[in-house]
Amino acid sequence: MVEFLQFTLSGVVFGMIYAAVALSLVLIWRGTRLLNYGQGGMAMFTTYVAIEVIYHTGSYWEGFVIALAAGVVLGAICQLTIIRPTMNKPPLNAVIVTIGLLILLEGLAGIFYGGQYRSFPTAFSQAGLRIGGTPLGVSRFDVFVAAAVLVTTLALAVAFRYTSAGLRMRAAAFNATIARLSGIRVARVLTVGWALAGLLGALAGLLVSPSTFLYPNSMDTIFVYGFTAAVIGGLDSPGGAVVGGLLLGIALSYAGGYLHSGANLVPLVALGILVLVLMVRPDGLFSASQVRRV
Amino acid sequence: MSSAAAAREGVPALAVEDLVAGYGGVIALDGVSISAGTAAITAVLGANGAGKTTLLRAVSGMIRPRRGRVLLDGADQAGRSPEQMVRAGVAHVPEGQGVIPELTVEENLRVGMMAWPFRSPRAERAAALDEAYERFRPLADRRRKLAATLSGGERQMLVIARALLARPRVLLLDEPSLGLAPRIMAQVMDLVVRLSREHGITIVLVEQNARGALAIADHGVVLNLGRVVAAADAATLAADVALRHHYLGF
Repeated sequence: MVEFLQFTLSGVVFGMIYAAVALSLVLIWRGTRLLNYGQGGMAMFTTYVAIEVIYHTGSYWEGFVIALAAGVVLGAICQLTIIRPTMNKPPLNAVIVTIGLLILLEGLAGIFYGGQYRSFPTAFSQAGLRIGGTPLGVSRFDVFVAAAVLVTTLALAVAFRYTSAGLRMRAAAFNATIARLSGIRVARVLTVGWALAGLLGALAGLLVSPSTFLYPNSMDTIFVYGFTAAVIGGLDSPGGAVVGGLLLGIALSYAGGYLHSGANLVPLVALGILVLVLMVRPDGLFSASQVRRV
Repeated sequence: MSSAAAAREGVPALAVEDLVAGYGGVIALDGVSISAGTAAITAVLGANGAGKTTLLRAVSGMIRPRRGRVLLDGADQAGRSPEQMVRAGVAHVPEGQGVIPELTVEENLRVGMMAWPFRSPRAERAAALDEAYERFRPLADRRRKLAATLSGGERQMLVIARALLARPRVLLLDEPSLGLAPRIMAQVMDLVVRLSREHGITIVLVEQNARGALAIADHGVVLNLGRVVAAADAATLAADVALRHHYLGF
């Protein structure tokens, strides 16, 4: 019973990180039907920015904030410089460009920082929390991880739902033609979408790196899990991305905990879940395309 | 030149001159010249593939003309983007699928005000919404519902209401009666007439339903394979039996 609680809670924590990655993929997918393969590379790169700032200033929070800002800037710059020229071209061009972006960022990180594993600090203690003697399997930092993603997600949800800028982004995502004819500058909206995706990716990188170490490929696995979570949620549904992330996090946590030599099987279980979802519900669990079919 | 001054001097609110536009290797508009009188209804008629929709798309900036001019109150606007054209006073209601079903009715309407100046007072926006609900009563009861739940007639109402919220001087309507029941179709046509007569909006109406369109239009233009084959008073066109048989199918 205690094990079950521990596996569940730690699954939720990792699930929140997958949810952040999934959400960043959804933000870009909704605008242009483009899967950004460079998302993990961008997150890895901004985490290196954080480690440099922390090393020079000694302040975790300065590194944290600057990495988030770097995510916004990197996202916007990538969209403006390499993605915008691929618009109005065959969709495969943009896909190839994002794969190129991943290879470029991982190569640059290798050149600048070397390939060795680097440990990444945490803001809070990683000692396991207990309730009356019962270990919960999560630490103070894990609580921060879950809270940080939750707060960011809710803030985005509120902004999308209740602000004029949010309505602009939704209108542009659902129907770019109508949006443009109504005066929405869709090209600008797409840049903002990439900037927000960069922010979420940077957040995921900061939160996951204490557990995974940081190296040029360190976000590859997290990207695949985030992608799986996004597909479970339907790729165009922000709420679905969060639910997908949590489901995947918990499922993988159980797999790693209960299965014999489970830790090695986790990527396989993730793949199995992805295949299952694509076979049973190819649109994901929460796809908005159902509304369209009315 | 202000639109009132332009009207006094007899410059039409909208005119296109020698417009050439197309897609890839296909020329859909081949040197089209049309003038749409201020506050009048100009019907653009013709068979499928005549270039009617392309004409509207070239005017609203959805496609860039290869040659020719798009004159708003006498000033050339050809080659501007849709975002700029709606700010210049042109609202384009494309054929079908005009509502955004994932948004609520009210959100769809608010999208119509996105071209307003950034600093427009909140009260002014609220008043404009109220006015839209006043004019389109059925929308008021559904304002919090997803647009996906609306009927075909209500959707067309919503699309026109949204276009009007942009406060256009020129309204481009692409097949507004398509797929509507006859009674609803009559209501839509009625609305179009009121928009021109009472609100002074210049209307370009593209229709397959030539008989219905000529019944309410002041002026008619017949396109065939990307060229203008006739342009005259609506009554004259409706009375031209040969033309009707040849191009309009009634």
